[in-house]
Amino acid sequence: MDKLNLDTHISQQFNEELEEIRNHVMTMGGLVEQQVADALDALVNGDSALGQRVVRDDDKVNRLEVAIDEECNRILARRQPAASDLRLVIAIIKTITDLERIGDEAEKIARLAMRLAEMERPANSYVELDNLGNRVRGMLHAALDAFARLDAEAAVAVAGEDERIDREYESIVRQGITFMMEDPRSIRRILDMMWAARALERIGDHAKNVCEYVVYLVHGTDVRHVSMEEMQREIRRGD
Amino acid sequence: MNSDVRTHGIDLGSVRAPGERLRLEQEETCLEVRDFNLYYGATQALKDISLRIPRRRVTAFIGPSGCGKSTLLRCFNRMNDLIDSVRIEGELLLHGENVYEKGVDVSALRQRVGMVFQKPNPFPKSIYENVAYGLRLQGINKRRELDERVEWALRGAALWDEVSDRLHDSAFGLSGGQQQRLVIARAIAVEPEVLLLDEPASALDPISTLKIEELIYNLKSEYTIVIVTHNMQQAARVSDYTAFMYMGELVEYGDTDTLFTRPQMKRTEDYITGRYG
Repeated sequence: MDKLNLDTHISQQFNEELEEIRNHVMTMGGLVEQQVADALDALVNGDSALGQRVVRDDDKVNRLEVAIDEECNRILARRQPAASDLRLVIAIIKTITDLERIGDEAEKIARLAMRLAEMERPANSYVELDNLGNRVRGMLHAALDAFARLDAEAAVAVAGEDERIDREYESIVRQGITFMMEDPRSIRRILDMMWAARALERIGDHAKNVCEYVVYLVHGTDVRHVSMEEMQREIRRGD
Repeated sequence: MNSDVRTHGIDLGSVRAPGERLRLEQEETCLEVRDFNLYYGATQALKDISLRIPRRRVTAFIGPSGCGKSTLLRCFNRMNDLIDSVRIEGELLLHGENVYEKGVDVSALRQRVGMVFQKPNPFPKSIYENVAYGLRLQGINKRRELDERVEWALRGAALWDEVSDRLHDSAFGLSGGQQQRLVIARAIAVEPEVLLLDEPASALDPISTLKIEELIYNLKSEYTIVIVTHNMQQAARVSDYTAFMYMGELVEYGDTDTLFTRPQMKRTEDYITGRYG
């Protein structure tokens, strides 16, 4: 599946180094996915202990970011990568920043989960957050898949998911406003719930960024800040 | 709660901790230079150099022309003995023994410390005889043993596949890059402990250069390698440790990662970033 021939350098060691940082990004991605999943579980099930663990484990994500950054520095200084190799290193440096931010959002959700666990549980046990969360998790997973496979087409398709997530977030906000008007005593709880929804929505944005880096990595075109239609045109032109 | 979305694999064990790197203090020393001075007549070319070169690692000397890096390299197998006006002070130890001690057998030393020069210098003989040359000097004359050692050395120098069907053709028929690998094969045929490489790739095209670099990387599991290069990027690519020299002095010496990402001395920084200090 490696369209960029990242493993065909004369220097076997360079091949290994590139393979290694890609693997490390996937490790970080896996860890971040786990954090999001656990944070969501803690939220939906009112599980404070799990929330606590997510908060604690955020440090692992941060350390991975620093370690991978250092590897990228080393490769830039020692290998002077060019073309697709250079784009790979740049894409990784950007990707891990977004993954780290996703980790922060998961931590935020976990803290909210711990607070919400102390309050009255709604009858539907936050099913709308569960739905949004699972959609976000699916998107994050697919974005990381596209990165692992260097699949720009898949990346564009996944990036399109973000619009649906935004709409779902909007409807949670509208619903929240209605609840708050109906019962002002619930404002504090509903606000926390909306913050959690907001964090999930942000995770979608970061996943979309990762998709954009995949397109940059594979085709060398910058598709940040362009419409979905333009993004699709760009990758077709690259073929 | 649904868990139909799986996560990607998490293998934290494979990731180096931030700040983890090679450390000179933890290496076994192969060559040690102590308070070393060298004069060409009245001119001092090396000033009070002290450093330890670790075993089975690649150590690069970098610095501008005339900084003394080649002079220092040539001291390791006493190539400077050939120049009359040279005078040295200090010690240079190979596994703890001073190579400048009286009574040291210089040709035995050069068998332990092989050297490869900037321009490939094959002998006007066949490919086979080039590699067999040093072995014959050692008194090895049995055909089968020679055949084995020649093949082993050519494989070690990553040249075997390209020349195995024309071993008895002239070495001059090889390309520059192949000739340089042939010379490396000739050097490793006598199984030295140390390989000194003086600008081994500066006369080669980029692809041949990368092949030589790959060879250097593979050879370090068996040999201690010291390389002098004008090409900083090459030092960055191939070496584990780098020494930066300037006007006969050792300015900075350390692991290559650190030297090329955050050098301690301003002069090193200026040199590796292409600034004039």
